[in-house]
Amino acid sequence: MTSLPEKTERALGLVIDLDTCVGCHACVVACKGWNTEQYGAPLSDMDAYGAAPEGSFLNRIHTFEVTPDAGPVAVVHFPKSCLHCTDAPCVTVCPTGASYKRVEDGIVLVNESDCIGCGLCAWACPYGAREMDAAEGVMKKCTLCVDRIYNDNLPEEDRVPACVRTCPAGARHFGDLADPESAVSQLVAARDGMDLMPEQGTAPVNKYLPPRPKADQAPDGEIDVLAPLLEPVAEPGGFLGWLDRALGRL
Amino acid sequence: MHPAPSIILFTTLSGLGFGLMIWMGLGFPGVTGWTAFAFAALACGLAGGGLVASTFHLRHPERALKAFSQWRSSWLSREGVLSVATLAAFAPYAAELWLYDMRLAGLGWLVAALALATVLATSMIYAQIRAVPRWHHWTTPALFVLHALAGGALLAAQTYVAALLLLALGGVQIYHWRKGDIRFREAGTTAETATGLGRMGRVRLLEPPHTGRNYLLREMVHVVGRRHAERLRLISLAAGCLLPAFLLSALPSGHLAAGIAVLLHLGGVLAGRWLFFAEAEHVVGLYYGRR
Amino acid sequence: MGQQPRLDTSPPVTDEIRRTSCYMCACRCGINVHMKDGAVRYIEGNRDHPVNRGVLCAKGSAGIMQHLSPARLRAPLRRVGPRGSGQFEEISWDEALKTATDWLKPIRETAPEKLAFFTGRDQSQSFTSWWAQSFGTPNYAAHGGFCSVNMAAAGIYTMGGAFWEFGQPDWERTKLFMLFGVAEDHDSNPIKMGLGRLKARGAKIIGVNPVRSVYNAVADEWVGITPGTDGLFILALVHELMRAGRIDLDYLIRYTNAPFLVNCDPGSEDRGLFLRDDEGRPLVRDRATGRAVLWDTPGIRPDLANGLETGGMAYRPVFQLMAERYLDPAHAPDAVAARCGVPAARIRRIAAELARVAFEEEIVIERPWTDWKGERHAVMRGRPVSFHAMRGISAHSNGFQTCRALHMLQILLGSVETPGGFRFKPPYPKPPEAHPRPHCRTRPGTPLDGPHLGYPMSPDDLALTPEGAPARIDKAFTWENPLSAHGLMHMVISNAHAGDPYRIDTLFLYMANMAWNSSMNTAQVMRMLTDTDETGDYVIPRIIYSDAYASEMVAYADLILPDTTYLERHDCISLLDRPICEAEAAADAIRWPVVEPERPGHAGVRGFQSVLLDLGARLGLPGMVTEDGAPAFADYADYMVHHERRPGVGPLAGWRGAEGESHGRGAPNPRQIERYIENGGFWLAHIPEEAHYFKPWNRAYQDWAVKTGLVDKPAPYVFNLYVEPMRRFQRAAEGLGRHRPPEHLRDRIAQAMDPLPIWYPPFSEDAATDADYPLHALTQRPMAMYHSWGSQNAWLRQIHGRNPLYMHGRLMAEHGLEEGDWAEVTSPHGTITVPVARMDALNPHTVWTWNAIGKRKGAWALSEDAPEAREGFLLNHLIHELLPPKGDGLRWANSDPVTGQAAWYDLRVRIARADPPPEECRPVFPPVASPVGPAPRNVRRGGTE
Ligand SMILES: Nc1nc2c(c(=O)[nH]1)N[C@H]1C(S)=C(S)[C@@H](COP(=O)(O)OP(=O)(O)OC[C@H]3O[C@@H](n4cnc5c(=O)[nH]c(N)nc54)[C@H](O)[C@@H]3O)O[C@H]1N2
Ligand SMILES: Nc1nc2c(c(=O)[nH]1)N[C@H]1C(S)=C(S)[C@@H](COP(=O)(O)OP(=O)(O)OC[C@H]3O[C@@H](n4cnc5c(=O)[nH]c(N)nc54)[C@H](O)[C@@H]3O)O[C@H]1N2
Ligand code: SF4
Ligand code: SF4
Ligand code: SF4
Ligand code: SF4
Ligand code: SF4
Ligand SMILES: [Mo]
Repeated sequence: MTSLPEKTERALGLVIDLDTCVGCHACVVACKGWNTEQYGAPLSDMDAYGAAPEGSFLNRIHTFEVTPDAGPVAVVHFPKSCLHCTDAPCVTVCPTGASYKRVEDGIVLVNESDCIGCGLCAWACPYGAREMDAAEGVMKKCTLCVDRIYNDNLPEEDRVPACVRTCPAGARHFGDLADPESAVSQLVAARDGMDLMPEQGTAPVNKYLPPRPKADQAPDGEIDVLAPLLEPVAEPGGFLGWLDRALGRL
Repeated sequence: MHPAPSIILFTTLSGLGFGLMIWMGLGFPGVTGWTAFAFAALACGLAGGGLVASTFHLRHPERALKAFSQWRSSWLSREGVLSVATLAAFAPYAAELWLYDMRLAGLGWLVAALALATVLATSMIYAQIRAVPRWHHWTTPALFVLHALAGGALLAAQTYVAALLLLALGGVQIYHWRKGDIRFREAGTTAETATGLGRMGRVRLLEPPHTGRNYLLREMVHVVGRRHAERLRLISLAAGCLLPAFLLSALPSGHLAAGIAVLLHLGGVLAGRWLFFAEAEHVVGLYYGRR
Repeated sequence: MGQQPRLDTSPPVTDEIRRTSCYMCACRCGINVHMKDGAVRYIEGNRDHPVNRGVLCAKGSAGIMQHLSPARLRAPLRRVGPRGSGQFEEISWDEALKTATDWLKPIRETAPEKLAFFTGRDQSQSFTSWWAQSFGTPNYAAHGGFCSVNMAAAGIYTMGGAFWEFGQPDWERTKLFMLFGVAEDHDSNPIKMGLGRLKARGAKIIGVNPVRSVYNAVADEWVGITPGTDGLFILALVHELMRAGRIDLDYLIRYTNAPFLVNCDPGSEDRGLFLRDDEGRPLVRDRATGRAVLWDTPGIRPDLANGLETGGMAYRPVFQLMAERYLDPAHAPDAVAARCGVPAARIRRIAAELARVAFEEEIVIERPWTDWKGERHAVMRGRPVSFHAMRGISAHSNGFQTCRALHMLQILLGSVETPGGFRFKPPYPKPPEAHPRPHCRTRPGTPLDGPHLGYPMSPDDLALTPEGAPARIDKAFTWENPLSAHGLMHMVISNAHAGDPYRIDTLFLYMANMAWNSSMNTAQVMRMLTDTDETGDYVIPRIIYSDAYASEMVAYADLILPDTTYLERHDCISLLDRPICEAEAAADAIRWPVVEPERPGHAGVRGFQSVLLDLGARLGLPGMVTEDGAPAFADYADYMVHHERRPGVGPLAGWRGAEGESHGRGAPNPRQIERYIENGGFWLAHIPEEAHYFKPWNRAYQDWAVKTGLVDKPAPYVFNLYVEPMRRFQRAAEGLGRHRPPEHLRDRIAQAMDPLPIWYPPFSEDAATDADYPLHALTQRPMAMYHSWGSQNAWLRQIHGRNPLYMHGRLMAEHGLEEGDWAEVTSPHGTITVPVARMDALNPHTVWTWNAIGKRKGAWALSEDAPEAREGFLLNHLIHELLPPKGDGLRWANSDPVTGQAAWYDLRVRIARADPPPEECRPVFPPVASPVGPAPRNVRRGGTE
């Protein structure tokens, strides 16, 4: 199953809005909770209460500082999970066929009962989207919550990934990026959605919406045309004169 | 990348073993009988030992058979298939040499071809990984193949060829290092492309996603001190290539000189292999502010 | 290519969902607890819940690991080693309750004030205060004094409510949102949801914060202000808006005391007080007649521009005083820019932007409404500018006045309770008059004379003994901090230790880690808790504590009453207390035991409120026993259903009446809790549409509030731009009136109790500090960690397991520091040694770290070499509850002079490279023995190995 499908019927994935993400880690923990109970082996935590705790997570939030040429430094929260790449190198390297990309929706999965735990797929992924579970010895990765999005046991509105359902800021969107009419595709078009590491040739399905331009990037001297400075009231008698007249007009 | 001893041992030993098989397949040294048995046992021991060592790296070795299934696309799988095929071809070939003092030339060439292919497949496991720019280059297969050929020649007591190959190996090794040092830059992957935030400005990690460690950091982010690396490069070059080449060409051939040359070479290659992994920077380090 | 594996994409999810309220923090979101085989397996947000509408934060999702924490207490504990050692023996509940009763009974019968009962961030204050009142001690408060009382009190005094529980921005309509000094706040999920909605609409967000992290990172514009100067910045915005006449005059004359007439006669005894009629009702000048008339006379046009003279005295409208003060060039952007660290042009531009959005992007909702005078309004007109603020502006010694200034700005723009602006949540608006006054009269064996906490309206309301001494152990409601509406929990231990104002016998604490992260001067507090007198007895003789986990504080108690986790007990999030209402609905909620509290092999744990009721019954406290002396309530659940505060009004508002037919008011309903559970754990009553805005003055709202039992009769009021009660204290300092502050406090009161917002430098600042301690040091809440109680959580501690001190790259370079280095951080009070990290999106004079990550070795069932204990640290060691001596022979409190709020963020420090770097953070304290554990090493599904 290590060959990639020529084409997938749909390209399900996430659109992550870097302008909105407040870096709260809610999606990280919701993902941990859901995936500890569902698909495959639970996500373990080694040395959980000790000196070097180390657990498996399928989604993580990094925080970056971005220094522009001029103006104040910005901070961007950056969620990262598997991008369900179209040309997923993690799949083609897998010797056992445990890693595969689904034909029907493009989700990249690990069939844990076939995985020998060689770790090569994690090496092949440029994004660090795969983590070997230390207790189970199998490769774990974002499943795009394949066990939620089609699950008849969940109410219709809950058939979205756990991270999307929980995100308090609404910074995560889920949908079919192969369909130009889908809400996610429209969002990507409107907000100039981008790929991570395009030079790696992975053709990720997940897209990132860049932060909107910051208003404070304009030097303070330059005044927005829409916001002319306030002029003092010009009426005779100064402020109190103005006040008297203004009250008269009420 | 984390320089895992099992992988370093595996690639080094199996490289030597398959290298010896290449030469034996081609009919060098032209030995038969118990001498042939000794050479064959060494080749099998090295190749097989390496393969066994590699399974230590697997978390589920009991499922290792599954790894033969994906030869159409996976270099790791191909390597598995090829190594078994090589061993399968080498066994009757060596048996003929040992028991019947007979060299089946056709089978020998097949053994040589398969062994070469195996080494190539091993190297491609690394060379294919674009996320590690230092590896993702033709010098990686060249290095592995030359290492196998030179080491094999050394073991096969092909003194003159071995010396030449060792020098070539040294040359490629130097080029691989020099090229490797700029590969990351050439690949064009930066914190800016990794985050897509380059259009806003220069990107620097402020806070990691977790203060604890994780698999990625352990496996993919390894930092080697520059001085340390430079020293190791010298040792690896001297012990792995130059000194054995010198020993072979300057000293009268004999078991002692050959033995010393082989041991030096092994040590040098192990150091080189350690560097091969330890110096290899994975682009994921960019997300952790490290590369 | 082989076959793709067949996958069951529709696996069963859970056996059952139980819906209750989260308590991983005080935000109180609704949660769906998924159960499998009788155990908690997964927690997600409840989509129907008004607070979180389905979303859940990191802490909430990690609830399962809190519930399964190895640090959970398992049985009542009696101290066997010295205090602070952590050595305990487990005892039975009977023994524990008997011990507590034996300690408390004699106190109640002789001197009830010798019990000090203080609670942390629990959500049952209407209950715990009732218990304390019934016991008869004046010494009760919750944690608000060290938290955010400046914000709360400034809001109540100014406009009858403040942010968070009292109100929220009109997230759906606001177009410009300004956020001051917030890292996370209590309203965790609602703020994130709100910001998400603003982002989706493309509304503009301005973040004012020395640090550009979390919410400020997504703000469209960041103002990296210098700590403690927000008041200056806000008043400069006011200056600009006033100067340009960009203020909502119609709003001011209708809904505020801007037209009230202030006695301006320098010789008058009543100077600074309002002109009132014989019945004490304030008067305004009618523009039509020029005469003084009752402020709420229908049809008049109150004047703001002209005063009048009557009875030989000159009176001027409040607004004139404001204009005089804020138009002064001292408040001009140019005058404050350097001090605030914000360029003047920037201040002017922000003022212009506020004005543009408020007045040129005015929004109108076609929805008629009637005001309390009977005037019918065809539409609801709104100014879509809104603000939110929290501890960044309140946790300073000038915090009360700064919070007042911000509310004044909102009001001048006409954006409070109008569409697009700030909106109250029931039971707010509720002006100070509608709150109780503080009570402190004790008599042995008798309940207190009234509620402990409240809003003083004049010096008459202070909690002083007839001799003028502080009546409360925390000295709340004294001249040192007259409006300390939430008490001063942070002063209890040091006052009790000093025996000032008197000695106590038993300190009873609940849910507050006072031996660690909630204390200033932590090392000293630990010493005070263990200090002995000449006879070798502890200076604080007895300490009873209720915690659910093996926190640092546990080690300092003599008797531990172990609580359950939040999934194992009944709780009541009541309208009498701190409800979960929204601007368009009243709501309350419960918790219920979705799992039974089982601690196999141990005596077990009990919900603290039930324990308190049991104790109350054993002590025979009025209300807690029936006439024949039997316990009046079986447990807290029984209390939630049957207790009535006023006839028909109880802890829960939903499904009252015998059949659950009435809401708000009604007889107790024995099936009430079941009805809550059926409904998802909460109750919600929508406010009629006509009453959605203008609540303080909206007849439909006032009628609805009466019907719902929030108030007993309509109580319209106007906003206090000028807070006359403050003037009453100021007068006292000027030597007027019956009560006088002590000499040494006069100047301070005269300054701090200014009835119009002012700014003064934080008390920690003077020329010497600026030179010796040039940096401001702050903490912030991490979103994925709740104070000390998150570190026991195996998931969350991987995200925040240690904390560096963040500082500007330039500052690091100046001190030769590099990433990974350690620094000594010194305040006037002490030195700590900590790891540093670089952050450039920072006010260059500011350093900061995450709050409460550092842990004491041995606490929380963590291993002693846990990163929290080695590379995690508290800034608290550097913060003293008193300021350093300043040469006047006095040590002033490190708190706001109006409310007593702890001035956490006034901290000033200097740094130096630590060479050689230490092994671990300093100071290092010896480990405490763990009363629980050991913890499992590795954890997989369900918190087990
Ligand atoms: N996740 C999580 N949520 C929590 C808590 C928690 O521990 N964890 N704690 C809860 C509690 S008890 C409280 S009180 C609330 C507090 O919630 P917040 O008010 O958000 O509290 P802090 O984290 O103290 O954040 C104060 C912010 O003010 C900034 N600041 C400091 N000084 C100044 C100043 O002078 N001016 C300005 N403009 N900004 C300044 C700081 O940089 C920081 O960003 O959070 C509650 N919510
Ligand atoms: N440097 C610095 N220090 C600060 C602040 C700051 O900004 N900077 N902020 C201050 C503020 S605003 C606050 S509110 C305080 C908060 O400080 P604390 O009120 O001390 O808060 P926590 O550390 O969360 O813990 C309170 C205790 O409650 C216990 N607990 C948790 N759940 C339960 C339960 O269900 N039942 C019972 N009985 N106990 C339980 C915990 O185990 C813990 O011991 O910190 C203050 N300290
Ligand atoms: S992100 Fe990584 S793991 Fe996911 S599909 Fe792409 S390469 Fe594979
Ligand atoms: S770790 Fe498992 S999934 Fe990854 S390449 Fe190896 S066998 Fe395939
Ligand atoms: S889609 Fe599911 S598995 Fe993937 S990151 Fe989100 S929650 Fe985790
Ligand atoms: S839950 Fe949403 S806002 Fe929070 S870190 Fe994840 S993506 Fe960002
Ligand atoms: S904000 Fe988070 S921790 Fe707080 S109550 Fe809501 S879900 Fe729970
Ligand atoms: Mo707080």
